[in-house]
Amino acid sequence: MIGGLFIYNHKGEVLISRVYRDDIGRNAVDAFRVNVIHARQQVRSPVTNIARTSFFHVKRSNIWLAAVTKQNVNAAMVFEFLYKMCDVMTAYFGKISEENIKNNFVLIYELLDEILDFGYPQNSETGALKTFITQQGIKGQLQTKEEQSQITSQVTGQIGWRREGIKYRRNELFLDVLESVNLLMSPQGQVLSAHVSGRVVMKSYLSGMPECKFGMNDKIVIDKQGKGGATDDAGKSGKQSIAIDDCTFHQCVRLSKFDSERSISFIPPDGEYELMRYRTTKDIILPFRVIPLVREVGRTKLEVKVVIKSNFKPSLLAQKIEVRIPTPLNTSGVQVICMKGKAKYKASENAIVWKIKRMAGMKESQISAEIELLPTNDKKKWARPPISMNFEVPFAPSGLKVRYLKVFESKLNYSDHDVIKWVRYIGRSGIYETRC
Amino acid sequence: MPAVSKGDGMRGLAVFISDIRNCKSKEAEVKRINKELANIRSKFKGDKALDGYSKKKYVCKLLFIFLLGHDIDFGHMEAVNLLSSNKYTEKQIGYLFISVLVNSNSDLIRLINNAIKNDLASRNPTFMNLALHCIANVGSREMAEAFASEIPRILVAGDTMDSVKQSAALCLLRLNRTSPDLVPMGEWTARVVHLLNDQHLGVVTAATSLITTLAQKSPDDFKTSVSLAVTRLSRIVTSASIDLQDYTYYFVAAPWLSVKLLRLLQCYPPPEDTSLRSRLTECLETILNKAQEPPKSKKVQHSNARNAVLFEAISLIIHHDSEPTLLVRACNQLGQFLQHRETNLRYLALESMCTLASSEFSHEAVKTHIETVINALKTERDVSVRQRAVDLLYAMCDRSNARQIVAEMLSYLETADYSIREEIVLKVAILAEKYAVDYTWYVDTILNLIRIAGDYVSEEVWYRVIQIVINRDDVQGYAAKTVFEALQAPACHENLVKVGGYILGEFGNLIAGDPRSSPLVQFNLLHSKFHLCSVPTRALLLSAYIKFINLFPEVKATIQDVLRSDSQLRNADVELQQRAVEYLRLSCIASADTLATVLEEMPAFPERESSILAKLKKKKGPGKLPENVNGSAEEPAASSKPDTACWWTSSPTSRLLLLLLLLLLLLRWRTTCPGEPSSLRPPPFAPRRSDVLLRLLRFICKNNGVLYENQLLQIGLKSEYRQNLGRIYVFYGNKTTSQFLGFSTAVSSSDLNVHAKAVEPVIEGGAQLQQILNIECVTEFCDVPVLHIQFRPPSNVLTPDSVCQSRYGGTLQNIEVKLPVMLNKFFQPTEMTSQDFFQRWKQLGA
Repeated sequence: MIGGLFIYNHKGEVLISRVYRDDIGRNAVDAFRVNVIHARQQVRSPVTNIARTSFFHVKRSNIWLAAVTKQNVNAAMVFEFLYKMCDVMTAYFGKISEENIKNNFVLIYELLDEILDFGYPQNSETGALKTFITQQGIKGQLQTKEEQSQITSQVTGQIGWRREGIKYRRNELFLDVLESVNLLMSPQGQVLSAHVSGRVVMKSYLSGMPECKFGMNDKIVIDKQGKGGATDDAGKSGKQSIAIDDCTFHQCVRLSKFDSERSISFIPPDGEYELMRYRTTKDIILPFRVIPLVREVGRTKLEVKVVIKSNFKPSLLAQKIEVRIPTPLNTSGVQVICMKGKAKYKASENAIVWKIKRMAGMKESQISAEIELLPTNDKKKWARPPISMNFEVPFAPSGLKVRYLKVFESKLNYSDHDVIKWVRYIGRSGIYETRC
Repeated sequence: MPAVSKGDGMRGLAVFISDIRNCKSKEAEVKRINKELANIRSKFKGDKALDGYSKKKYVCKLLFIFLLGHDIDFGHMEAVNLLSSNKYTEKQIGYLFISVLVNSNSDLIRLINNAIKNDLASRNPTFMNLALHCIANVGSREMAEAFASEIPRILVAGDTMDSVKQSAALCLLRLNRTSPDLVPMGEWTARVVHLLNDQHLGVVTAATSLITTLAQKSPDDFKTSVSLAVTRLSRIVTSASIDLQDYTYYFVAAPWLSVKLLRLLQCYPPPEDTSLRSRLTECLETILNKAQEPPKSKKVQHSNARNAVLFEAISLIIHHDSEPTLLVRACNQLGQFLQHRETNLRYLALESMCTLASSEFSHEAVKTHIETVINALKTERDVSVRQRAVDLLYAMCDRSNARQIVAEMLSYLETADYSIREEIVLKVAILAEKYAVDYTWYVDTILNLIRIAGDYVSEEVWYRVIQIVINRDDVQGYAAKTVFEALQAPACHENLVKVGGYILGEFGNLIAGDPRSSPLVQFNLLHSKFHLCSVPTRALLLSAYIKFINLFPEVKATIQDVLRSDSQLRNADVELQQRAVEYLRLSCIASADTLATVLEEMPAFPERESSILAKLKKKKGPGKLPENVNGSAEEPAASSKPDTACWWTSSPTSRLLLLLLLLLLLLRWRTTCPGEPSSLRPPPFAPRRSDVLLRLLRFICKNNGVLYENQLLQIGLKSEYRQNLGRIYVFYGNKTTSQFLGFSTAVSSSDLNVHAKAVEPVIEGGAQLQQILNIECVTEFCDVPVLHIQFRPPSNVLTPDSVCQSRYGGTLQNIEVKLPVMLNKFFQPTEMTSQDFFQRWKQLGA
């Protein structure tokens, strides 16, 4: 039961204020601004309790979204709603920025009225919303009775995320496996923690009400099949399968079927949506290895050498590689030499940033830097923050593979073979750090 | 000050600051600052030397970054370098950085001190000023150590510029505040005093501040300042307002200096020299006269400055307390302010009047304003002003106006602000008591007080009423009657019930003759309040009931019924239950005579200082009582919290238990053998039985102490227990000066294994003998072991008390003492899960 929802710009000015319940007064707006946005210390907790009122906030670039309540609500629900709200806004007008919010404030209020009713979250599926909240003027008079009844049946019906009667000449389906790999490694190369969080995002342009079935190399499914089926490919598939620690699904997935057969079947929404999210921690392919070497020469000099090694098939190309080497706070000058890419000392970030556009698998590259230090009267030793890295690779570091994606539409005359399917894997770095 | 040339504008700094101001988010700001810091670091690191201008610019930037809240850990060296520059602006920035950023334990402090020393010696007044400001701003101990001897020299040197003298005086003042022990007193003090004669008023002002502080430290060194201050003051006061040019503030001549001089004079008693004295009186009169003149300006600054001087003059008059005419004039002046429309003025007037009221000369004059003050109390909007009005009323109260003031305060109390109610209650209670001629009035007042503001009546107040009623026979009857009437109100405060219970319990008999307040009516009235009261009050009421049984035997049955009821006998509160049980028992078994003895009327309380006064003192410093007005009002009976009232109110349960147990024991003992009480009486010099019992009981919870003591012998114990074993060290102390012969001990015990080590048969006079007892507990037991001691003191014992010489002389002494070995000494804690515990517990039940 969200009591109200506010959107602020970076200065703490209110852009959108929608109050759903009487227990939230106008002063709540100021309370959040004073205690969170303008707080002397940066507020890191996403939940703040001020005078028995809870504020849940998320930040998108310079914009603050805060949900307010006086009741004891499920915080996860509120955050899920806020994220959904961000998705909806992005789907309607692109990037969430002050400019865009100011330009679309009527639309935002309209959306807020629709997706929150007396503080209870409602259908927030973009596809469904777009059918009755549009940006093209008032359509009310043009709507026929039939269309109106259709909207009603859709909002109240079982399949709220897809309307009937969709038709495409070409039935197409895009599937993206987006993963972000997180790592913390010791200077000696020992993995301290590593996990992959991934998302399966789909874009579907299918006619009618198709039934889809999605299959991947989930260890449990493979093992089950291995037991029932031929024994010879059990060893092969056992190596290929991955263990998923946990996963969440889009509301269209039939959870009962997943629970009983562990098969993912669903009627997809139209357009873009996120089918599932998952996390794995075992047998992760680490695309890069960072080998740091830091030597302190006296009180005024520091020598740093960093080697990166790519660890994947030579035929693949990693992109947007960026290595960030932190420098001490009393750095007074830096000389960098690198074999590949460009490296620069960025004083404003207290780091050397080394950028490489492309790098093939099974290669290595190195950078060496001399850092001059200014002697200070501060006795504190430099804390040596970890070296972090950013990259993008065209495979899934978790090892996830899409085995099949079948489409059945019994009422219309197209079959699984007629659907054009595209699959893409993208692995990105999350927090990918090596201590030095 | 040298004009800032155009090149000193420091464009880079301005750009940096405007960049920071334009940052959209905190992150952007941090990024900009990091960039700037890196830039400054590379500049400072750079091999080529920086010129003064850029050094100044970067140090300025660092200062700005620091003031934004970021840590700065470099640049100190550059700042110190700036100190040695010859340009004013560079030096200034250097000093600024150092006073803001350098902490006292830095290694740079020596360099800084050196630079300061150079500047002090430079004879350039602006540089000297900068250095002095820096010393004053930092004010650390190291600075004080380095310069405390130097600054006085600069201060009194003949050739020092005025502005430097001013800075030096203030700098010295600051050092004196932070490390007074380091400022040396010497021959310069005499010359500092002469600064009061200086031409330059700024120097005089600074010097006055310094002298005032130093004079508080060592008044004798600065005695000469009085005459100079008076001269200076008279010159200022009599000067035409335009004479002082720069130092005239809204037509008031040098108000700050005047105030400071008046403050300085308050450090000393009135001058003894008559001419000086008359001159000072003249000054003060002039100041008072000026206050009467119409204001020269309508601006608020003018009246503020004028009043500041006036109030300071009045406080000097009050401080001297010697000129009756001045005091009366001051009082009249304040009286005018009492009706001023400025709230601050009214507040100050009331505050000053409070101190005036304590002077014998002006007390009468203050009293003439009573109506105004009472009016202020009623109509004033600001609570702090009302508070002052209450203080003043309290201070001006004496026997002649006590009734009026107390009545006014009581009537105000009904609407008074909650924050000051308790204080008013205390004050009313004190005044009523102090100036009570007629104690019926006193009782009425206090009962009224409880009725109006019962919640704020503290324990002390009602203790006091009871003390006074008990100590004064003449009001007891009246008090009983009034209390009885007050209790008839349908809703009365708990404190009233307490007072009522106590007084009716003690003196209910005095009004019992009247059929309207017959014993039964009295009891029913009290009991009707019983259920609405808290536990301590109920306990008190139960005590009142038992007193009733004594006073009125005719209601005994009714009261016993009440005590016997389940709500009393089985009350959940231990204290109440115990009282009910004991009182019931007492009323059943004791004869009328015994009851009369036990429940005798409370004895008069010893006269002591009023506890309420102590409480008021504790609560608040001011509020002096006019002690010596009208030949000292005789203090009525007073005492702090009545000791015996403990018995009445709630005493610690355990002590009450012991006392009553003993009481009952003694009672029973006396009633069983009434024929020969003397035969059973314990020997007069042996410790009383109750003492022995008490001592034994005390050992229940402790292991060490004195177990037995009489004129000859003291037995001390030290014991330790482990599991089922115990060891007791018994110390026998010979209290006489001659030896005991044939000393032997034996321990008898029915259930315990006790092994006693043998002891020497002789104890020398004044010596101590130790015996070890080993005890083993083999089974549960209830009888404690008994220690038998036998010894023969010599015939001519010299005890501290020679009366017993003949008593003990030569006869064999037999003493039996119970050893405090109880079952609980062998108890041991054990760990048990709650499941196990409840299993066992249930088994116990079965």
